[in-house]
Amino acid sequence: MGLTLAEQILSHAARQTVRAGEVVTVQVDLAMMHDSLSPGIIKVLHDELGAERVWDCERVAVVIDHVAPASNVQTAGHQQTVRRWVHEQGITHFFDVGRGISHQVLVEEGLAQPGMVITGSDSHSTAYGCVGAFGTGMGTTDIALVVATGKTWMRVPETVLVRAHGRFYPGVSAKDLALKVARLIRAEGATYAAVEWHGVDFLSIGDRMTLATLSIEVGGKAGLIPPTGPAVEGLHLPNWLGVQEGASYQQVVEVNLDMLEPQVSCPHHVDNVVDVSELGRVAVDVVYLGTCTNGRYEDLAAAARILKGRKLAPGMRMIVVPASSEVLQRAIADGSLSILLAAGATIGTPGCGACIGRHMGVLAPGEVCVFTGNRNFRGRMGSPDAAIYLASPEVRRPPH
Amino acid sequence: MARVWMFGNDVNTDQIVPGRYAPYMLKSEAELANYPFVEARPDFAPNVQPGDVLVAGSNFGCGSSREYAPLALKMVQVGAIIAPLFARIFFRNALNLGIPCFTADLTKTLHDGQQVELDLERCMIMTEDGTHLELPPPSSFLREVWAAGGIVPYYRTYGRFPGE
Repeated sequence: MGLTLAEQILSHAARQTVRAGEVVTVQVDLAMMHDSLSPGIIKVLHDELGAERVWDCERVAVVIDHVAPASNVQTAGHQQTVRRWVHEQGITHFFDVGRGISHQVLVEEGLAQPGMVITGSDSHSTAYGCVGAFGTGMGTTDIALVVATGKTWMRVPETVLVRAHGRFYPGVSAKDLALKVARLIRAEGATYAAVEWHGVDFLSIGDRMTLATLSIEVGGKAGLIPPTGPAVEGLHLPNWLGVQEGASYQQVVEVNLDMLEPQVSCPHHVDNVVDVSELGRVAVDVVYLGTCTNGRYEDLAAAARILKGRKLAPGMRMIVVPASSEVLQRAIADGSLSILLAAGATIGTPGCGACIGRHMGVLAPGEVCVFTGNRNFRGRMGSPDAAIYLASPEVRRPPH
Repeated sequence: MARVWMFGNDVNTDQIVPGRYAPYMLKSEAELANYPFVEARPDFAPNVQPGDVLVAGSNFGCGSSREYAPLALKMVQVGAIIAPLFARIFFRNALNLGIPCFTADLTKTLHDGQQVELDLERCMIMTEDGTHLELPPPSSFLREVWAAGGIVPYYRTYGRFPGE
């Protein structure tokens, strides 16, 4: 009987063949911690675990992205603590304010590779599945234990298989596929499971990251795209990793991309999804383009193609927060950024921006935001009386 | 006696503690005790008593990896959380902090504000009219972690993870 990608990677990390349902201790290849939880992680390490040193200073990546740059004296002080600790520990993979969102940066830097086990102090650490790594999010205490020991315990997850058929129409993208899956299996549909996405070999790494990050929004422990296709040719693919015949799946979800139109996730739950053509008229105050889900160069370029020679409607705002400095550089180099600015958009520092409702575009009561991110929970981006619609950067009504 | 606090389906971590109320944003972590459900249910934090029980619908704790969500519930000394399904990261965080989580659907059996007695040893809820509701007993590993007071004390005691 074959193994799922999650079983293959956790078997490799556990040094024995393991299957869904078993509880194992695995060796972690890379631990990611960001500014929001790092102060707590450092506290657990020092005060509770008495750990003087991290297990491997080249296998811990620290990124300042959640409040970047600092918004108040408290966050500035915490970031100062993190920088000092990084220096003391000799951590080589440190990415300070402006480098970008952890997940995007670790992939750009080549730190995330196929077959790795990567734990991150962020729920969207499922992102690393874009290169065929088992990425999973954990809290302060779990990450502190990983950073101290290099290991963690895990229940090997069952797998929900999403099988895509056909090709997207122009203007339809990975975001729409992921929202469609949330619509079909609901927010709890893959709880405790890994989500494997097949039939998407034609997608770029960026589009794969859209699928991988949104895997947590259906409860997924990991979101894995098989590391095959043109986009991953430059990566180091272990010979033991690949889709196997006869692997056992908890559920198979079939999606016909030829029939898919743009999807919109309506307030206040990610699985509250409709076809864009079903949505009534919604007056929008702010468009927010960014995040680990859709803040990449391709997303900025897509928005620029639509906005070229046009202006935002009067009274509307558009906030663009590139996922990384590399994304920003590319959007500058090809003129996309100029087009967005000319249309009336403004640009924020690469990072998580207003996704967590802390700064750089927090919403007021009654405001409506179209957001290329991953969560539209009540209060997520600011006021609990604001409304967030999740969509792709290219969302628009299909011509009839 | 403990009060039942009833919640619906898909209670996410932004409802438990919005990101703006993270310890990262505050002057001190102690402030966090004021903020569980600060916007979703403003009467909760001022009135919750040690030992009170949260009874919720499915997918409790979905969303972020923020451990400060269960930490805020621990700070007000919630006795247990009972829901038919927990989001994975929340369940792990709660376990790590030593908050008992029982996987059971009592949303139709109990009601908000009801007084009950929680017996963690026997995995039982007793209502005022004498009804005994059994909770599914946790695995031995979960019990050991609760008994140790969380995953860090567990690791320090046993020097290993479960399954190691």
